[in-house]
Amino acid sequence: MGIYIDKDTKVLVQGITGSTALFHTKQMIEYGTKIVGGVTPGKGGTEVEGVPVFNTVEEAVKATGANVSVIYVPAPFAADAILEAVDAELDLTICITEHIPVLDMVKVVRYMEGKKTRLIGPNCPGVITADECKIGIMPGYIHTKGHVGVVSRSGTLTYEAVHQLSTEGIGQTTAVGIGGDPVNGTNFIDVLKEFNEDPETLAVVMIGEIGGTAEEEAAEWVKANMKKPVTGFIGGQTAPPGKRMGHAGAIISGGKGTAKDKIAAMEAAGIRVAETPSVIGETMIKVLKEKGLYEKCKTN
Amino acid sequence: MNIHEYQGKQLLREFGVEVPKGMVAFSPEEAVKAAKELGSAVTVVKAQIHAGGRGKAGGVKLAKSIDEVRDYAKELLGKVLVTHQTGPEGKEVKRLYIEEGSDILKEYYISLVVDRSTDRVVLMGSEEGGMDIEEVAEKTPEKIFKEVIDPVIGLAGFQARRMAFNMNIPAKLVNKAAKLFLGLYEAFISKDASIVEINPLVVTGDDKVMALDAKFNFDSNALYRHADIVELRDFDEEDPKEIEASKYDLSYVSLDGNIGCMVNGAGLAMSTMDTINFYGGRPANFLDVGGGATAEKVTEAFKIILSDANVKGIFVNIFGGIMKCDIIAEGVIQATKQLGLEVPLVVRLEGTNVDAGKKLLNESGLNITSADSMADGAQKIVELVG
Repeated sequence: MGIYIDKDTKVLVQGITGSTALFHTKQMIEYGTKIVGGVTPGKGGTEVEGVPVFNTVEEAVKATGANVSVIYVPAPFAADAILEAVDAELDLTICITEHIPVLDMVKVVRYMEGKKTRLIGPNCPGVITADECKIGIMPGYIHTKGHVGVVSRSGTLTYEAVHQLSTEGIGQTTAVGIGGDPVNGTNFIDVLKEFNEDPETLAVVMIGEIGGTAEEEAAEWVKANMKKPVTGFIGGQTAPPGKRMGHAGAIISGGKGTAKDKIAAMEAAGIRVAETPSVIGETMIKVLKEKGLYEKCKTN
Repeated sequence: MNIHEYQGKQLLREFGVEVPKGMVAFSPEEAVKAAKELGSAVTVVKAQIHAGGRGKAGGVKLAKSIDEVRDYAKELLGKVLVTHQTGPEGKEVKRLYIEEGSDILKEYYISLVVDRSTDRVVLMGSEEGGMDIEEVAEKTPEKIFKEVIDPVIGLAGFQARRMAFNMNIPAKLVNKAAKLFLGLYEAFISKDASIVEINPLVVTGDDKVMALDAKFNFDSNALYRHADIVELRDFDEEDPKEIEASKYDLSYVSLDGNIGCMVNGAGLAMSTMDTINFYGGRPANFLDVGGGATAEKVTEAFKIILSDANVKGIFVNIFGGIMKCDIIAEGVIQATKQLGLEVPLVVRLEGTNVDAGKKLLNESGLNITSADSMADGAQKIVELVG
């Protein structure tokens, strides 16, 4: 179980012949992900890592029955790769690529209106349903199967949170990295809705960072709709205003998007926020114990 | 990336947006020459720095004669301006913009930004010009108007006119204002801007609608397709360490502490700063080496930290995903071979290829304190720096 992807998910790798894609294709296969094909225009008919390569997504879908793709295409061509995945009517496309021009993404999001495909990312680590399917660049070994969902704007902070949970014996259902760009395909609320409906998920960790108001909007949604406990963390509590902190979307501008505002909004919605990133796991455990869910969530 | 007002105005001219005549000057002599050429009754001498609030800080002067132009130019060039956007250290004025004076009837505000909640470009306008727009938004939000733009259609004529009417621009000048907004949008889209802000936009006694200021910010991810914009970059306006880092595609932000940080991933890098602060230390920088970094890039990143005289200790915090721990280890070893290592170094490695990374560092003979978590590492480096 879990959300978005599971053991039956059939995955295409767009841009499979690039070095990053090759490395992670191998890692995904080792994890047990069903990689059914790859796409690199002009390399159709060849094979890498035992995976057949096609010239177009459409052709690959016809030949393999893939329903999800992951994109490792370089930034200047990544928006086009997303459009191709949407056109091929995949259920889901996960874009790992960082540094896509924001106006390209504005067009992509407009193109996706009314279309079947969900986009996760760009500039994200991907999605993993523990022990079933890993799509992206996250290290697989830190994840253990269990009942806590994770959603985050940051890749490495997601690993940090998952690692802490696993170390404390708290397994996960699915970890979703929604990415650090200002314009993206999937937001916190989209993922929280899925976790809310997933019977395996009993609690959720939500990790945000400075910039924008996505965390505030998610907090409001949680207050009104969420049936399961949510804990959280916000990165950038000591970031100076007006400076872009690595992610295109991580910037405090015009006094908006501060960690303080986000933490206040989350706490007002009943979300317990970890004081430092090192206690994300501990914070979840405390809440699970309070809600009487600890025994159910303790996986080893 | 930011550019100067005079460069922004040149760009606006190319897109048919009306701006006053003006010329850039690097010396009082050039300022005088420009003023003579403009030949207007009143000349404006404007300090060119990458920060708003120049007027309030005394960086904009009205000269009524050529002598006054010379005096103001002498006064401003080399002066350090401190505005609410420069920080307390201020910015030195190295360029001036000499502009003809305008007969201003009223000031307005207009801007274009990428709006994160609608995923669209938004045109934002107000009749409260010349003021800090955040202040207007707080005190009189009803005076700020927005038009959400469909990227397929672009800014529609009716939207531009509706904005002009909402801003209470005189009816006879609404079409001129709308045309200006359309030009502004063209400039924004054509050059991959992330912000264009005209504050103030003015209506003049001779019935003109003009951009009296021009603030541009460009999407750094799109600069690869705008060689003309890259040329406008002014290195004097940037931190030298940030310039060095940008050569290697590293995200680096200078901070005022003494603990150098090298981290992978923006979220983890921010959290590392937060954690160091939590344990009573002060980070010297934010540095995200990114995902696809090579050992060479990591070497350069580590060299930037090593060459910072303020750095009294270094914390390397890596959770490998797309980044491999052994690449980080190689980079650290290379950099210390070249520059030596005289400050304490705490390293925390986790994730992809962690064992290979740890092995390399152990065999390197470097004096490294290893940490088994972010909190552990932060505590150790804060202690070592003292």
